[in-house]
Amino acid sequence: MSLEFSAQVGVRGFDVSLPVAAGETVAVLGPNGAGKSTLLTVLAGLLRPDSGRAVLGDRVLFDLGTGGRGRWLPPHERGVSMLAQDALLFPHLSALENVAFGPRSRGVPRAEARRRATAWLERVGVSELAARRPAEISGGQAQRVAVARALASEPELLLLDEPLAALDVSAAPAVRRMLRDVLADRTALVVTHDILDAFTLADRVVVLEAGCVVDLGPTRDVLDRPRTRFAAGLAAVNLLIGTVTAAGVVRADIRMPPGEAAPDIRARFLGDLAAGDRAGVCIRPSAVSVSVAHPTDADAAPIHSGPRDPALTHPRAADPEQTMLPVTVTDLEPRGDLVRVRAGDVAADVAPGRVADLDLAPGVHAWFGFAAADAIAYRL
Amino acid sequence: MAVAAVGAAFVLLPLVAMVTRVNWAEFVPLVTSESSLDALGLSLRTSLTATALCVLLGVPMAVVLARTEFWGQRILRSLVLLPLVLPPVVGGIALLYTFGRRGLLGQSFEALGVTVAFSTTAVVIAQTFVALPFLVLSLEGALRAVGTRYEAVGATLGARPTTVLRRITLPLVVPALVSGAVLSFARALGEFGATLAFAGSLQGVTRTLPLEIYLQRETDPDAAVALSLVLVVVAVVVVAAAHQAGRSGGARLRGPS
Repeated sequence: MSLEFSAQVGVRGFDVSLPVAAGETVAVLGPNGAGKSTLLTVLAGLLRPDSGRAVLGDRVLFDLGTGGRGRWLPPHERGVSMLAQDALLFPHLSALENVAFGPRSRGVPRAEARRRATAWLERVGVSELAARRPAEISGGQAQRVAVARALASEPELLLLDEPLAALDVSAAPAVRRMLRDVLADRTALVVTHDILDAFTLADRVVVLEAGCVVDLGPTRDVLDRPRTRFAAGLAAVNLLIGTVTAAGVVRADIRMPPGEAAPDIRARFLGDLAAGDRAGVCIRPSAVSVSVAHPTDADAAPIHSGPRDPALTHPRAADPEQTMLPVTVTDLEPRGDLVRVRAGDVAADVAPGRVADLDLAPGVHAWFGFAAADAIAYRL
Repeated sequence: MAVAAVGAAFVLLPLVAMVTRVNWAEFVPLVTSESSLDALGLSLRTSLTATALCVLLGVPMAVVLARTEFWGQRILRSLVLLPLVLPPVVGGIALLYTFGRRGLLGQSFEALGVTVAFSTTAVVIAQTFVALPFLVLSLEGALRAVGTRYEAVGATLGARPTTVLRRITLPLVVPALVSGAVLSFARALGEFGATLAFAGSLQGVTRTLPLEIYLQRETDPDAAVALSLVLVVVAVVVVAAAHQAGRSGGARLRGPS
């Protein structure tokens, strides 16, 4: 079932329009308070927007003019199931009865409802738990039962609100794989904070910020070429935003001390970019090198991020293909065998030994360098 | 600690004092006399009926108070709980002017040939009046504590509101319902003032156990003490039952942790 959705909620500053194709899974990303849960609760029929319209297949979920008057289907007539962070299995019913609840509520005879419930428990891999009470099963198992329960009611739209967030690290991967299998060919919205969920489960992603859609597109496009700081942070890449100049470089929107020009970013251009276009430049932190003196100085020796990038293993001071950004280190964060050196919104991954050699610490002035080949510019 | 011990002694000492005054040799004949058995039987019958009425009226009231919002709801809640703080005898007089021969509704009943005041029905009404807030209060608290999350899930699974109420909301608050009903029963069993004012004291018709005890105190203190002990035992059993209901219900929801 395809979905057309548009709704406004004044007090929350929520104004979102979103089309979802039949059988498509869309990941909803965004910082806390961006309106992700509002989107789901409006679709589920638990929150009435001020105005808006939603059509699922050929069923009008709501059609409210200004003032909130108009059609409003109650939750139980929508064919929209919601799966929350907590499994919220009914504690007084067994796993099987929980799954059979949806069919029973729609008038399916008891025996048939139980047969369907058994089949769904099998499908999500927990058929042996049928007789157990929710209090007697683990979080990962409970979430599987909750998935079976949501699907057994044969929803035309499935809403998942951070379905893996409450699971421990060991239980999440198996449940994620199970979700990928059951979500194939299903119309669904998945709210998530996890980029892996977006890549695994979703065909497209929508990024919400402050109640509005700021980015929308195929998962890979949005996360590989982020348009917002939030998406860049989620994809763990650096995003510099600027304007294309006549010289074929991107002049970054970085505030500089008076008298100094903003740095020009040399980058590989994707698609047509003309002078004056707004552009985003995306660089992986592992491709960024750190030095403490300006590399044009005689004694400068750029420090490189690691073995992943052989092109950068020899010093290329004043290389025209190299961009050097003056930064002030704000934070050092150990990540596995590398240290992430943050300077405001930009980050570089550097070997711990180099951090010690350069005596890097918050407040130290340094240079971040990267090659044009590692910087991808695209139209915003 | 010391203050707590004094408090505990304050509660327990009168019971001990009463037990020491029980005439054990005459105990069985005293509590099985005709008037005693009449009073005990009447008390149990009327209290059970009143409890059933409390459940019947109290469950919808608690659901409405906990799950809806309307103008004047806070005032209504205070009014519903009024019998808790009202002196029972005042409640009895209020009931008399409602259901009595010349009362607000009593006149209509009278026209139909039904006399409510000073009948067993009056006993049940008086007991329901004072016991109802106990059930409403404990059930409303439980409904608020359980929250609406399970109900929302039920609705998105396609259950209409009545199905949600029957299969989710009520089963979730069964422990509170049981303990609330037990408390109501206990309150109904001990009811004295409203019963006396509204139903009078006719043996076998309106003279419940507390009334019997009060009357016997004048003529036969031994019988009064013996019957008091019976009432204490019933009360202890009831409190234990309520406690048990709350615990096993809680354990059922939380699981064997």
